[in-house]
Amino acid sequence: MADTFAERPVRRVGIARHPISSILLPVPIVCFIGALLTDFAYEGSGGNLLWVNFSSWLLAAGLLFGAITGILMLIDFARLKQLRIAQGWGAFGLLVAAWIVELINAFVHARDGWTAVDPAGLILSIIGVVLILIYGWLWHETRYDETGDRP
Amino acid sequence: MNRILLASLALLPLAGCGPSQDIDPSQQVGPNPVLPQPREDLIAAVGVADNVGWKNGQTPTVPTGFRIAAMATGLSNPRNVLALPNGDVLVVETQRVGSEPIDRPKDPVRDFIMSMAHGGGGSKETAGASGGPPQRIILLRDADGDGKPELRTVLLDHLNSPFGIAVLNGELYVADTDAILRFPFTPGQTRITAPGEKVIDLPGGLIDHHWTKSLTVSPDGSKLFVGVGSNSNIQERGPEAETNRAAIWEVDPKTGAYRVFASGLRNPNGLTFYPGSNTLWTVVNERDELGPNLVPDYMTSVRDGAFYGWPWSYYGQHVDPRPRPQRPDMVAKAIPPDYALSSHVAALGLAFYTGASFPGLFRGGAFVGEHGSWNRTELNGYKVVFIRFAGGRPVGKPMTFVNGFIGPDGKARGRPVGVAIDRTGALIVADDVGNTVWRVSYGR
Repeated sequence: MADTFAERPVRRVGIARHPISSILLPVPIVCFIGALLTDFAYEGSGGNLLWVNFSSWLLAAGLLFGAITGILMLIDFARLKQLRIAQGWGAFGLLVAAWIVELINAFVHARDGWTAVDPAGLILSIIGVVLILIYGWLWHETRYDETGDRP
Repeated sequence: MNRILLASLALLPLAGCGPSQDIDPSQQVGPNPVLPQPREDLIAAVGVADNVGWKNGQTPTVPTGFRIAAMATGLSNPRNVLALPNGDVLVVETQRVGSEPIDRPKDPVRDFIMSMAHGGGGSKETAGASGGPPQRIILLRDADGDGKPELRTVLLDHLNSPFGIAVLNGELYVADTDAILRFPFTPGQTRITAPGEKVIDLPGGLIDHHWTKSLTVSPDGSKLFVGVGSNSNIQERGPEAETNRAAIWEVDPKTGAYRVFASGLRNPNGLTFYPGSNTLWTVVNERDELGPNLVPDYMTSVRDGAFYGWPWSYYGQHVDPRPRPQRPDMVAKAIPPDYALSSHVAALGLAFYTGASFPGLFRGGAFVGEHGSWNRTELNGYKVVFIRFAGGRPVGKPMTFVNGFIGPDGKARGRPVGVAIDRTGALIVADDVGNTVWRVSYGR
């Protein structure tokens, strides 16, 4: 019995061998891209407040799921040394960077009216999206280094 | 990656700190306040004093020669007072019901701050010693004028967030948050049982951001004037929500016909005619979240048909960058108010001194109840100020008249709202955090 446990491969935090981080990974990406799109829509509409409300909720959801994803990544790092490679740490660093930028962005978006987006909110949304896209691309790389979970 | 982080940090000044607003509130009083550049902080400055109430024997402070005493305690959110010619004092116990719909993640946070500022101490409601939801008018009878009422009754109950009250031609007019009601009322009466009659609907609705509807009667008794505050800070609920709001309405008490008398007044309260004149005055709460020293609240005479800027500009042509679409035509029309009271003081009460018992310099001057700030870390307001008038115009700087609402520990024992002058010439102050009505008299 003890031997079986020792040989059992260590995996990422998952449900039925499907890593949770892979499920949650796209959520902040989708939310932050969505917020950028609704920011553009707000600018394009000349200030229809519906769009800035969308942006605010998308940023809030992206921040919530981004935080959960970050915590899961750290747990995976602790368990799997295969993840502790440049791409892994790079992805984590980018997630943190994107999260900080979008947190500031969420406060900017809490302003009342035009200055919630123009110009600082839109600039931060663009930076946040660039960071989160590179994060997604790098994290995807690490999937192939995991024991027993190759696609 | 570090470089990206640095680049985003370099944006911070854009998002956060702006030009300095390092000026003193004393530079923002009078006809020509210093107006710094707008500054939108990353996180809006918030400072609301904790509410602790008054301990036995504690009172606000008044200048030498004056006396202050509680006229009634154990009330429940008293926000407005009206002194009748027969000596009776009416006290409006009121609060907003429900919270605003949530449009953004920010809204519940702001609701919480507002509930802190309005005497609830966060989510808790203050039920007065008399219990029950405070939506009613209390009558205090002080027949001998010694400041100690012999009788306290519930004059009228089951109202809907009332604020403004006025007596005219044998009727009591009550401005609920969504309607002006009229009740048969003979001075001396201590209980109104007759059903009310609706004069006119007022803008209420689900949002109803600025819900207090101030009310007064024209000197000839032919018209009512009612203050209808804006539905938002700076139109962030959309322009549709602001229809006929941020305005003072003129209402015919007989027919309920109305017109907008003046507009662009973000949250006008304390509507009062200057004694012996046909000039209407009001105190107005200006916009938030442009920094600790913008925009100063003000007291102004109100000109028929005038536009005072909200939401597009303030103090004349100072354009607010936030509301869209921009309206250069409206900015061009905006006129500056008469007299600034400094930023975020939340002036909610105004009464001109019509009595004779205070010293001469007080005659015809204005008492202003400043409920106190939330949108700056250093508290401002939280007192009743006096502004001297000469020739029907304010002169000089405001003088702190009733103070000490903030204790030495920085906590709020009370917060002043509505003010009135009673038959004996004493000043009456409603205190919605101390749940007290104060009376300030001169001499002895």
